[in-house]
Amino acid sequence: MGAGEREEYNLAQSSQATGGLSSIPALLQRNATQFADKTAYREKEFGIWQTWTWAEAEKEIEALALGLINLGVNEGDFIAIIGRNRPYFYWSMVAAQSVGAVPVPVYQDSAAEEMGYVLGHCGARFVIAEDQEQVDKVIDIQDQLHQFEHMIYLDQRGMRKYDHHTLHRFVDIQEQGRAAYYEWIEDLNARRAKLNYDSTCVMLYTSGTTGKPKGVVLSNRNIIESAKNSCEFDNLTQKEEILAYLPMAWVGDFIFSLGQAMWAGFCVNCPESPDTMMTDLREIGPTYYFAPPRVFETQLTSVMIRMEDAGRFKRRMFHYFMDHARKVGGKILDGKPVGFGDRLKYRLGDLMCYGPLKDTLGFGRVRVGYTAGEAIGPEIFDFYRSLGINLKQLYGQTEASVFITVQPDGEVRADTVGVPAPDVEIRIDDNGEIFYRSPGVFVEYFNNPDSTASTKDSEGWVATGDAGFFEEGTGHLRIIDRAKDVGKMADGSMFAPKYVENKLKFYPDILEAVLFGNGKDRCVAFINIDLTAVGNWAERNNIAYASYQELAGHPRVLDTIQEHVETVNKSVAADPMLSGCQIHRFLVLHKELDADDGEMTRTRKVRRVVVADKFNDLVEALYDGSETVSTVTEVTYEDGRKGAIKATLQLRDAKVFPTQSAKVAAE
Amino acid sequence: MSTQESYVTADGRTIGPTVMEMKNITLRFGGVKAITDISFDIREGEIRAIIGPNGAGKSSMLNVISGFYIPQEGEVWYKGHKRPPMKPYEVAQQGIARTFQNIALFEGMTVLDNVMTGRLNHMKTGMLAQAIWKGKAEAEEVENREKVEKIIDFLEIQHIRKTPVARLPYGLKKRVELARALAAEPSILLLDEPMAGMNVEEKEDMSRFILDVNDEFGTTIALIEHDMGVVMDLSDRVVVMDYGKKIGDGTPDEVRNNQDVIDAYLGVAHD
Repeated sequence: MGAGEREEYNLAQSSQATGGLSSIPALLQRNATQFADKTAYREKEFGIWQTWTWAEAEKEIEALALGLINLGVNEGDFIAIIGRNRPYFYWSMVAAQSVGAVPVPVYQDSAAEEMGYVLGHCGARFVIAEDQEQVDKVIDIQDQLHQFEHMIYLDQRGMRKYDHHTLHRFVDIQEQGRAAYYEWIEDLNARRAKLNYDSTCVMLYTSGTTGKPKGVVLSNRNIIESAKNSCEFDNLTQKEEILAYLPMAWVGDFIFSLGQAMWAGFCVNCPESPDTMMTDLREIGPTYYFAPPRVFETQLTSVMIRMEDAGRFKRRMFHYFMDHARKVGGKILDGKPVGFGDRLKYRLGDLMCYGPLKDTLGFGRVRVGYTAGEAIGPEIFDFYRSLGINLKQLYGQTEASVFITVQPDGEVRADTVGVPAPDVEIRIDDNGEIFYRSPGVFVEYFNNPDSTASTKDSEGWVATGDAGFFEEGTGHLRIIDRAKDVGKMADGSMFAPKYVENKLKFYPDILEAVLFGNGKDRCVAFINIDLTAVGNWAERNNIAYASYQELAGHPRVLDTIQEHVETVNKSVAADPMLSGCQIHRFLVLHKELDADDGEMTRTRKVRRVVVADKFNDLVEALYDGSETVSTVTEVTYEDGRKGAIKATLQLRDAKVFPTQSAKVAAE
Repeated sequence: MSTQESYVTADGRTIGPTVMEMKNITLRFGGVKAITDISFDIREGEIRAIIGPNGAGKSSMLNVISGFYIPQEGEVWYKGHKRPPMKPYEVAQQGIARTFQNIALFEGMTVLDNVMTGRLNHMKTGMLAQAIWKGKAEAEEVENREKVEKIIDFLEIQHIRKTPVARLPYGLKKRVELARALAAEPSILLLDEPMAGMNVEEKEDMSRFILDVNDEFGTTIALIEHDMGVVMDLSDRVVVMDYGKKIGDGTPDEVRNNQDVIDAYLGVAHD
């Protein structure tokens, strides 16, 4: 499709498909009329679910927008939004859009320094922050920010003593907005009328596993088209309930809690605090749910731990019915033929076990559930599906406004990421890298034409940086690894670290794993244990420990991990293409990899290069054959202070297996 | 007294006139003198610390303030009146709430129920009405629950609202105890070693909560602590006790430079 043709196509899209609803504020107006009395937002506060209807939300947003104009917000300004999921921040984003400004949600757990980079890069004039903690961080860095002028905060606590020249309370800004209604309403209406499909909807910083974060500019077209297509794909209507608990700076939350919620008009529920998420999930019982694999893993781990502690009768019943669910649950969900007896037994199991369990987990009403971001362990995935939860996988990126591929109902498998999402074209180049083109493709990286040009070509194709292939017969996409991470061993065989790491991470005991071996003759690995799972095991086995470090160095823990590593080696050996990736030696790290130390992104993806560099001495020790290694590591605390931890680590050899001959594999 | 005028601290809090005054308190247990002739005052809105080495008589002093011990000599003046000897619950009714060094919560009850007990002095309906839970009693419970929920929110313990206290770790129990004391909406809050047995992070959290309580509700706080660092950062004025006697009284800086205090903490030979 040529450029001119494409333009026409887009214009057609904007006028027909979305019926003139070409911005989020326009969608809000529609919802406020069409679904006026329907609940739009809920937040649990003071132990009670506080609710706002669409009409009320629209009033709140308008008051805030007027207040922002009153404060001096101009069209094109950037407004940073720092806080956890609360209705006020979703309103802030829409209010910012209404006045022609660009909302920039920022990860609320970033250290001041990281925040400084983002605020400086976009030149935010205004910041809307949640509480004293966030305000303090911005004050810490405000000397480096040349354009920063005003900060608005939500939570009053501890704020009394601050200099209020440039600090404002959220409710005060709204109050000022209401008071100046007649002064600014025309201006606001004019600004809203100017918004179209090409206006910027939001700017999201991608954490990036390498280099500095980049500001991804997404237009109204990107967001609204993606929301519309995905809502139609899964039949999402205004009747859905979702729980908004994933970071607001992440594209997924923006699409689900703002894009789709606005398009379909469904209700966004915000938890009381991050710690109450599980209780709130159960109280709300969402019908549409999204979580990265880690959340499902954690929930499964906690179910298993609690079953271990349950009485014998309950435990036996659980295992009996779960065995049956594993056999037929997935098939029933996919609508495949299952015998009458098995169906009856599954019904009974649902009554006795699956139903109550789903209810406890908060999944009793889930109609559509998604997981993405990382590969999910097949056992974990199958566990939830066998319970009758329609959990599916999707593959996406910030640059695509999330959706690249999705799994349609009834075609769900653990090892693929599905078929191209509606309106998405995909091609795979000779090196195996995946490219896509869609209405969701981002506009540009803010102030970074070089990166934009190297990611998106003139025809709109975007490089994902992931390697994969389409499975013959089904047309489903399978992801192998990050294209950048795939390398060659010294003998020329393929090195695909993620493939092996994922196998390791599927064990509940293992939280993270990092494989090394590019250009070497054999592979070695770092491992992080899961403190919850291993801690519980330690408790039941009367092993005393005072810290992560102590538990991680315990010989019996190392024995268990060694077993896992060897089992993984055996399964890797079965694949002749990848058998070179077996782990010869490993160690259990003395600290958890952490975003505060730069070892992970804020979305918890390992920064391979940083880890390799920082723990260079450990990697060398793994290769030179030493038995133990002593090391000192710098750590950063949440408040930005630094400290050091010292440790002596045991290095272990793991058994490797001969490659199974191709003949055996072929049979 | 010259200290009667209100003033504003460097960080913008208003310190009012004296709200409580201890005059020449002496407390004896049989032949043992726990407190000897101690006088000091607590001003409205301030954070007043009582420090001293082990066995200095700090907890005894707090128990005198809370009415648990009746001193043999001396007077307690509260809000301009001399306080007659009274029972601890009468002291509580006058608006003095406390926490305990060894946590005294109802272990089998949930956090919410524990904090609700702090509202006892604000409930007017009788036991029977509360049991039937109709009309006034219901309205009263709703109103009190609202106050309690604000405190739960303030101290960030929403996630354990329905958890029985026995299942909580130590640091959180301390916070629940603080919540219960706060629920009474006291005019003076007595904290007995609020940071004892906590790790650095928990201490920092607790310090922040204490400062926030003082700042947000304007509550006058008297606390006992032996972690000098914490005390010096938190309090407006400090009383230093040693062997039942007052050896220093003043701002943290004054106290820090007081030779008697240094001796008491570093230890010198007593003759």
